Amino acid sequence: MKKTFTPVALALSAALAAGAASAEVESNDPIKITTHDWSGQIISATLMGEVLKKAGYNVEYVQADYLAQFAGLKTGDLDLAMEIWATTGQEALDEAVASGGVVNFGETGMKAKEEWWYPAYMEETCPGLPDWKALRDCAEAFSTAETAPKGRYLGGPVTWGGFDEERVEALDMDFEVVHAGTDAALFAELQSAYERKAPIVLWLYSPHWAPEKYEGKYVEFPPYEPACYTDPAWGENPDAAYDCGKPTGPIWKAGWAGLEGKWPGAARIIRAFHVENPEMGEMIYKVDVDGAEIPTVVAEWMGANESVWQGWLK
Amino acid sequence: MRRWRPADLLFWGGLALVTLVLSLASKQIGAATGWKWLTKFPKGWELHADRAISTAMKWLVEDAALGPLRFRDLTRLLSALVEAPYFVLRDFLIDGFQIGQGQQAVPVLPHVSWLVVVLGFGLLAHRAGGFRLAALVVASFLYLLLFGLWESAMVTLASVAIAVPLGVGLGILLGIAAFRFRWVDTGLRPLLDLMQTVPVFAYLVPILFLFGFGAMSALVATIIYAMPPMVRITTLGLRGVPEEIVEAGRMSGCTPRQNLWKVRLPAARGLLMVGVNQVIMLTLNMVIIASMIGAGGLGFQVLTALRKLDVGAGVEAGFGIVILAVALDRLSQAIARRGPVVQAQGGWMARHPRSLALLVVLLVSYPLGVLLPALNSFPESWQLSTGSFWQGVISWINLNLYDQIEAVKVFALTWILVPVKQLLLGIPWPWGLALAFAIPAKIGGWRLGAMGLAMASFIAASGLWPEAMITLYLCGVSVVIAMLIGVPLGVWAGQNARANTVLTLVIDTLQTLPTFVYLIPVVMLFRVGDFSAMIAVVLYAVVPAVRYAAHGIRSIDSQLVEAGLVSGCTPRQLLWKVKLPLAMPSILLGLNQTIMLALSMLVITALVGTRDLGQEVYIALTKANVGKGVVAGLAVAFLAIMSDRIITAAVNRKRGEDHA
Repeated sequence: MKKTFTPVALALSAALAAGAASAEVESNDPIKITTHDWSGQIISATLMGEVLKKAGYNVEYVQADYLAQFAGLKTGDLDLAMEIWATTGQEALDEAVASGGVVNFGETGMKAKEEWWYPAYMEETCPGLPDWKALRDCAEAFSTAETAPKGRYLGGPVTWGGFDEERVEALDMDFEVVHAGTDAALFAELQSAYERKAPIVLWLYSPHWAPEKYEGKYVEFPPYEPACYTDPAWGENPDAAYDCGKPTGPIWKAGWAGLEGKWPGAARIIRAFHVENPEMGEMIYKVDVDGAEIPTVVAEWMGANESVWQGWLK
Repeated sequence: MRRWRPADLLFWGGLALVTLVLSLASKQIGAATGWKWLTKFPKGWELHADRAISTAMKWLVEDAALGPLRFRDLTRLLSALVEAPYFVLRDFLIDGFQIGQGQQAVPVLPHVSWLVVVLGFGLLAHRAGGFRLAALVVASFLYLLLFGLWESAMVTLASVAIAVPLGVGLGILLGIAAFRFRWVDTGLRPLLDLMQTVPVFAYLVPILFLFGFGAMSALVATIIYAMPPMVRITTLGLRGVPEEIVEAGRMSGCTPRQNLWKVRLPAARGLLMVGVNQVIMLTLNMVIIASMIGAGGLGFQVLTALRKLDVGAGVEAGFGIVILAVALDRLSQAIARRGPVVQAQGGWMARHPRSLALLVVLLVSYPLGVLLPALNSFPESWQLSTGSFWQGVISWINLNLYDQIEAVKVFALTWILVPVKQLLLGIPWPWGLALAFAIPAKIGGWRLGAMGLAMASFIAASGLWPEAMITLYLCGVSVVIAMLIGVPLGVWAGQNARANTVLTLVIDTLQTLPTFVYLIPVVMLFRVGDFSAMIAVVLYAVVPAVRYAAHGIRSIDSQLVEAGLVSGCTPRQLLWKVKLPLAMPSILLGLNQTIMLALSMLVITALVGTRDLGQEVYIALTKANVGKGVVAGLAVAFLAIMSDRIITAAVNRKRGEDHA
């Protein structure tokens, strides 16, 4: 909340304001936590914010773009970002940390999983799934007019990286990689195909509402190992790297470098914040599929897990 | 109709033929001669302008200083100045005034009741445009209330209330400067082109550094995008004031200054209002992007709903933006049309019955709001929702019409999109540079040719040649389709008042409905790819094609039409031989704007996975690479500027030939 002074307001509340007690925190300035346009992140941010409020800090939620927020975090216009996914935001985070304006506050406890995913009804057309070899053998079942006879794999936005072209090549899969521009487009296609029970295999990730809402599974590639991405000799194909699945990565907390100095107590609490995938998945499901309000869901979690977040305050 | 000269025919025919052959055979030529550089611009020759730009930007935002004052402090000061009234307005409309921060905050005065806002706008509309307008405005605000969009709409309203006057005011001042001083005009024109065509994402990061994260950055980005039409129209309007009027002003003893402010500007009022309309529309067009950098409001509602794939909520919030835009536009048009009125007699109370009534309601609403919470914030139980209706519509189409849709799509892809794409991508870049010189040079002289060559070389040397070709293909096809749809509709609207009313509403909707709202259903039905992108571009770019064609037909001198009728034209002949040729300049202006809007949609098409320059800008944003974003943004702007100059030159040439 920001402050606004008007003469009338001043006169009216002089007496009231004088009596307002302030908790013992280093600064009463609000800690500005960013919220993005997906529920999971808003839940994390709200949870962090509400816990900080319990400790007596002032908190302000600011809507910001996932990537554009780094400009604000570097200058201290924004203070805290709760979900920087190693899988999508690592470069921007590294760049920001290198510039000296941003500090990494460690893992949130959630792990980002990303992989090829197919709806359950595809197991009828393509028995043997979720094994990737089965997928390779029935590539044509996944084809569309534009890609036939190759299968069509809908990848994430180009900016997510992911090495899917290389993976398709290395594992000799007859698939064409088509990139969605945003994840909204990704889920729009999934919804459409799911309604028609049409063939689709696409990039999904957890924690997210989609794998909770739609019935289906992640394709099982040879499990990732660092060597797979660097050493061609590793794995299935002796001549090519990337012949395995995608790595999972932590979701980081990151904030303005000055946060630690201005609110040392808050910085400690932020570092202690820890939530894992199943709990988060459950909350996301309540919000995105059941239609519950985010503050309600967060309050419920805090009611049921008092000892957990009390632990962060110590 | 102009007859083709043999020399022209030979030139264009030859150019087309060589291009076709080279495009089809470029791979083989490359393979046969071993000249790899022919099909792919060599990496070693790249310019790396992006690195220099990144460094310069870094210096500007971090180190640039005027004495002890850093450049950034200066912009931050500016930001604080503009933000102050914005926050007061926001507190008044929705947040409520309070003292202190966070948990120590003490509320002082709650936000104004929705009743007062609705009543206030209703009364203003009544004063400006009578009962009809008042009904329209009140209905618009009721929509926002009933669909639970009130809070977001008030946040958006507060930012529009700051952005539009600033955009209009600055636009008029710059327009006057360009009218008065030729050098300002010359200097400003390319700058305006850049402002309209460089995608916002390209300069978002530096703006965030300079103006801080939040409302002000959003305002700056909005004004950069929304102001250029105001500047252009002001200059155009001032030039277009009939000499007799100016003369009359001079004779009645006006100083040049008075002549400008009291004679020319009021005389150009009609056209200036077109500018205001554009500023309002474009401002509301930016609310989605503004909400990405902390402006919140309706734009954020749309984004969050669509991330959840809640199409219904997205559509509701999207139409909230449209409705707000239409209401504000009609209101501003009516206020401007009313002009000066004779003052009523009597005391202040007698002269201002509406203001008085509003003041009374405002004062009463505060204490009453304590007793009746429903007055303070509109109760949720009174709100409506179309709920899953829109989702249902999309699902129904998806389940029942998918095969037909797929067939249309496959046809368009196989016969139009893919061949054009292959052709353009096949052109070896050296020949592309030759074309970039030859075509403008033939139309507008060697200077224009040299400009084309320079810009194309910049694009090639930045390693963006294939992306630029994809851009050209996607926008080119979309513009042709938009013109084929838009011009006939515009001609129809120009001749038929009822069609005009309906079409104006439709194109206002298309211009302000966030593209994102229809992009998601489009993807559901057409899947990710060029076809979806093309539909989105056509829907957005068709607007000026309709608007300018209608304007052109309507502003034809009725005597000329009369003359045609007298000389025995059939309605068909009248249209083809009289009206269309006379409306041609306006239609070509529409073409120009259609191209501009198509290019400005590139950032959005990047969201459905095209690999054009828009995607480059977007990638640069995600990698925090300012230089790369600016370079790709400039490449987009160059395409826009070249097409603008070529069309202008073609029009001038044609005019010259017609006169000769």
